[in-house]
Amino acid sequence: MTSPLTTAGAPAPGPLPANHDVRRAWRDLRSPVLGGVASGLSAHLGVSVVWVRVAFVAATLAGGSGVAAYAALWAMLPAGPPPWVLAPGLESATRDGRRPGRARRLSDIGPVITLSALGIGAIFATGAVLGNGWWVWPLGIAVAGVALLWRQADEAQRERFLDATGKVDPIRVVLGGGGWAAWARIAAGVALVVIALVLFALRDGSLSLARDATVAILLGIGGIAIVLGPFVYRLIAELSGEREERVRTQERADVAAHLHDSVLQTLALIQKNPADAARLARAQERDLRAWLFTGESLDEATVASALRSAAAEIEDSYGIAVDVVAVGDCDYDEAARPIVAAAREATSNAAKHAGVPRVDVYAEITPGGIDVFVRDRGIGFDPDATPEDRLGVRRSIIDRMERHGGRAEIRSAPGEGTEVRLHLPHKADARADQKADQKADQNHDQHNQQGDP
Amino acid sequence: MSQPVRVVVVDDHAMFRRGVSAELGSTGVGRVDVVAEAADVDEAVAAVLEHRPDVVLLDVHLPGGGGVEVIRRVNDSDIKFLALSVSDAAEDVIGTIRGGARGYVTKTITGPELVDAIGRVAEGDAVFSPRLAGFVLDAFAGAGISADLASVDEDLDRLTEREREVMRLIARGYSYKEVAKELFISIKTVETHMSSVLRKLQLSSRHELTRWASDRRLL
Repeated sequence: MTSPLTTAGAPAPGPLPANHDVRRAWRDLRSPVLGGVASGLSAHLGVSVVWVRVAFVAATLAGGSGVAAYAALWAMLPAGPPPWVLAPGLESATRDGRRPGRARRLSDIGPVITLSALGIGAIFATGAVLGNGWWVWPLGIAVAGVALLWRQADEAQRERFLDATGKVDPIRVVLGGGGWAAWARIAAGVALVVIALVLFALRDGSLSLARDATVAILLGIGGIAIVLGPFVYRLIAELSGEREERVRTQERADVAAHLHDSVLQTLALIQKNPADAARLARAQERDLRAWLFTGESLDEATVASALRSAAAEIEDSYGIAVDVVAVGDCDYDEAARPIVAAAREATSNAAKHAGVPRVDVYAEITPGGIDVFVRDRGIGFDPDATPEDRLGVRRSIIDRMERHGGRAEIRSAPGEGTEVRLHLPHKADARADQKADQKADQNHDQHNQQGDP
Repeated sequence: MSQPVRVVVVDDHAMFRRGVSAELGSTGVGRVDVVAEAADVDEAVAAVLEHRPDVVLLDVHLPGGGGVEVIRRVNDSDIKFLALSVSDAAEDVIGTIRGGARGYVTKTITGPELVDAIGRVAEGDAVFSPRLAGFVLDAFAGAGISADLASVDEDLDRLTEREREVMRLIARGYSYKEVAKELFISIKTVETHMSSVLRKLQLSSRHELTRWASDRRLL
């Protein structure tokens, strides 16, 4: 037996732990049909999941042992895959939610319906074969209810693996990530079990007897809960402590993994190729900042992150610093593409021609539209006497913006650097924006005329 | 400048303190004079109270409660604090400014820029980096547009159009001089605007800033 902690601390955790370690089976909850027993077993035994499923079905048809075996394995095997089978980097990325997660698919409902139909068929079949089966229906319903509750327990357990907070939250223990699916499963499961109880008690056709029996059963369950309460409470407290320790260890492992991935590799690169030191250091700083302060992503999901990612690329390819400051944000959709492309063009122009180590990019995203300013303090140029090659670039910026209903302005003077101003109104309220702009321009002019207090 | 600005450098990394002192010693000769160094909150408070410098260069992440704790315990408006941090996370920046620092610069700043910033802070000005200006605009975003929604009580929280304009130019990477030129105002006026933005940022506790902070789960 090995604990998660010691395994996680081992130098090469993997699906095949070294020497005397026992290989443990688990149920694979990544895409379960029922409880994930078959896929877990197939991973454990190294056979195709189809064959495992065929074996279960065959065993069921050949005398019902398949169902019993499945239920027993469901109850006894731990839910998985346990986090420690992953590499440290993947593990930490999983906890941070930086890896693609398991999306809840509509097709999950398909197997559920099929299985329900099969289950009902099985109950009818059993009734037909054994006859006189008053207990068959309640039993079938109870089995379905228990299966639903187990399914929810699996979800909750899986959530707990991913939950990085130290405390054990009693509600989360039951509900997992929450959501309507969890509630629905619990409600349906409990309802089915209660219905089964009532049906079981009703077999004599006497309503009062059924009520008495149900009350007696519920009282029994309540009594057990009261007796077991303190133990459960203590268990939760202990679990909390253990989890806190685990979370701390995990965090250390995350940091170690990250340092190994990024910083050590960069240091190795710098030793080999000192000329690249500044560029590598900048890339590394960016990466480490994203890791430490996590506020700013480069995933191109929003306009700000798309600008940052463009800036990061330019930093890497030209070896200069591009500082992106963004105010507000919105989704990066088709409409926003031209302004990001134009900003990228302007930034790489600045990187190429300005001859300075630093470019400022400022983006303001308001309900009215997107403004981007790209500024350098480089050599600058005279816009009226632009050489042909730059004129082409200017056209690609200005024309691009105008084609998409925006505008671009390039201000530059020799020795004073260059600023490219881009504006793109949001499509839906382009007209309102124009008005607002006119008003703002008027205000601006007034201000300028009035000077300042 | 008649006599050098007296500075205490507070940072828990000895290497970094050494580096800053050396940098200030070479680029800021005659303008900046490092009188003491400190490595944690207690040391910093003791050093500041003993030497009474003009400016304290303050690291934000500091053993003993962070830079804000130093500002709180020194509690003396004659001594100016300039935050110098490796972190540019919104909660660190806004938190430190609201704690009473006169400016916030990141550690990637160049020597001459740092000397400049220290000089400004010593004269009572606020120092906004483009990034800090961006945070400020973000924090006050919408406050000027939805004027009719806010009550009179929140006047303090609003940036005037002009202050917003100044902040926007700073965020775009303009220097004070360039801002003044762009807006046809004097540098002194720019400084006045910046100071009033800083004051609003430090004083405001009304809903705009609260909402901004809680949107980012900083509260």
